[in-house]
Amino acid sequence: MKRSDLTGVGLFVLAAAAILLLPRFVSDFRAQQFAYVGIYFIALLGLNVLTGYTGLISLGHGAFMAIGGYTTAILVSDQGLTLGSHTFSADVKDVWTIPLAGLVAGLIGFAFGFPALRLTGLYLALATFAIAVAMPGLIKYDRFEQFTGGGGGINLFESAARTRPVETTDPITFETISEPIKFLGFEIASFNEWLYYLSWGVALLMFGIAWLLLRGRTGRSFRAIRDSELAAASSGVNLATYKTLAFGISAFYAGVAGSLLAIATTFVNPDTYPITLSIFLLVGVVVGGLGSLWPLVFGAIFIQFLPLWAQEVSKAQGAPAVVYGVILILLMILLPGGAAGLIRRLQALSRGYHRSR
Amino acid sequence: MAEFFQQVVAGLATGSIFAALALALVLIHRATGVINFAQGEMAVFTTYIAWTLIENHGVNEWLAFGLTLVIAFGLGLGTERLVIRPIERAPLLTTVIVTIGLVLIFNGLVSLIWTAEVRAFPSPFPNDTWEIGGVAISQQDVGTFLTVLVMVTLLWAFFQFTKVGLALRASALNPEASRLVGVRVSWMLAIGWGLAAVLGAAAGMLTAPTVFLDPNMMQAVLIYAFAAAVLGGIDSPFGAVVGGLMLGVGLNLIGTYVDFVGAGLRLPVALLIILVVLLVKPTGLFGKPVTRRV
Repeated sequence: MKRSDLTGVGLFVLAAAAILLLPRFVSDFRAQQFAYVGIYFIALLGLNVLTGYTGLISLGHGAFMAIGGYTTAILVSDQGLTLGSHTFSADVKDVWTIPLAGLVAGLIGFAFGFPALRLTGLYLALATFAIAVAMPGLIKYDRFEQFTGGGGGINLFESAARTRPVETTDPITFETISEPIKFLGFEIASFNEWLYYLSWGVALLMFGIAWLLLRGRTGRSFRAIRDSELAAASSGVNLATYKTLAFGISAFYAGVAGSLLAIATTFVNPDTYPITLSIFLLVGVVVGGLGSLWPLVFGAIFIQFLPLWAQEVSKAQGAPAVVYGVILILLMILLPGGAAGLIRRLQALSRGYHRSR
Repeated sequence: MAEFFQQVVAGLATGSIFAALALALVLIHRATGVINFAQGEMAVFTTYIAWTLIENHGVNEWLAFGLTLVIAFGLGLGTERLVIRPIERAPLLTTVIVTIGLVLIFNGLVSLIWTAEVRAFPSPFPNDTWEIGGVAISQQDVGTFLTVLVMVTLLWAFFQFTKVGLALRASALNPEASRLVGVRVSWMLAIGWGLAAVLGAAAGMLTAPTVFLDPNMMQAVLIYAFAAAVLGGIDSPFGAVVGGLMLGVGLNLIGTYVDFVGAGLRLPVALLIILVVLLVKPTGLFGKPVTRRV
């Protein structure tokens, strides 16, 4: 292992420890908000594999999140799918639907990568935007309604397969007893805290996978395609393989994030994954930094918290949007490279400082 | 058959609105290589200005429309100077994100100034129909179509026959060489933004009488315009106009004659058709194929 890798692993362990301890210091409500940050972080990691590393713009990742979320919702809610005379009863524990949701979204993303091979730039942006636009219509479409619940959505709140503290009433004192969530030997009292550990546990795992994937041959091929398709192809990078692979991996991440979002909201309908979600994911990637990994946390924090901060500035109708827009534009003007660009600049500064001493 | 022609005429009218906005997108894309996501919201903003001029200041309708176009030009120009110029050298995606910021700002400003209440917008054209061989043609539709046609022709003439138009084309084609022969390329970009805002304002004012004025009025229109621009080839102004008209007519015919396509599936089906077209011709119907230098 290189020395820089060792530093990386050290920082990763430190970050993991900080994430583990954070709920001790913040309220239950904040823990829930940070859980959402973890979920967005996963989605941003995936989108950056495609847009930041491979140079393919996607305006449709909300749709892949929807595919993941609905996969989880359908499996958890036990819709009792009827095919012919046979009724399938799924009833899968919510946690185990996460990898399945990722796989389903990933396969669809991989398949979408093939027609997308012919398109570049804005044409690809429109193609991906098309899936985001079409998704609510498809979910509400009559034939699929028995699976997706149509416009009404699927409620997971009462589902037996949902992980949550079980509340029972003591037969003698009539007090409510809350049985904590037991997972891998840990006991977690509140649903929000459980959500936090679940999403950040998955996020760290997905971060590790992305880091390993992007530092080797695959990552090199992605970056080569981004910098020059022609040069990449003439150096022996198979464009079709790696572009579809980037789409597949990216959609897998989005599917996992969408699945977690469904578990977090305990309810999905077409508005859980609106078109604006796809656009704000792209915003998050640029704010975090194109072609970066851990600085995407800042992008995720931005997506989750900026709307809330903007509302605190002024609650007048329309005012939060103006505040949000102004901050976003100022940020882009001051930090065109996003958080990652700032970090690189600071590193260069400190290196220059040490050299001059 | 009468219904068919009726749908085609109505389609040409909505299509011409898509065409105007698509042309605005193409103008900016040719000059700066980005899609201005705020084009629709800027159009709404200027349409509200026209509404205020007419309703609150008692300005004559046609005069108000004219004034609004001038104000729109200033708005586009000012926006470019204020927020796009500082990031001229930033990556393209950064510019795209800035236009998303503009969407939020203009949308928020409209709600803030005029509230989100839905309002009626006066139409410059009579609300009658002409009967031609059993086909009822709405004068509103004809007026809309002709207005866009006139604007596009004027714009074409401006680009073709004036010195500024030549400079605009030159700086879009080759900024470095234009700079060498004394074209102020940066200002040309600003003028491009101004012209795009004028087209957007026209599209907004033509849309408002039929769908009523509200802050989110142009969001769907922008998606159609984006689709039309891509269908025609994102670098081709002619393609944007043809793409817009094709999309307008196509949407109407699909909605009328294809049974399973309800209101909810009209847009997805239209986008699917465009995708198929793109797969056959990846740079749109009239876009130039990209030749890459090694």
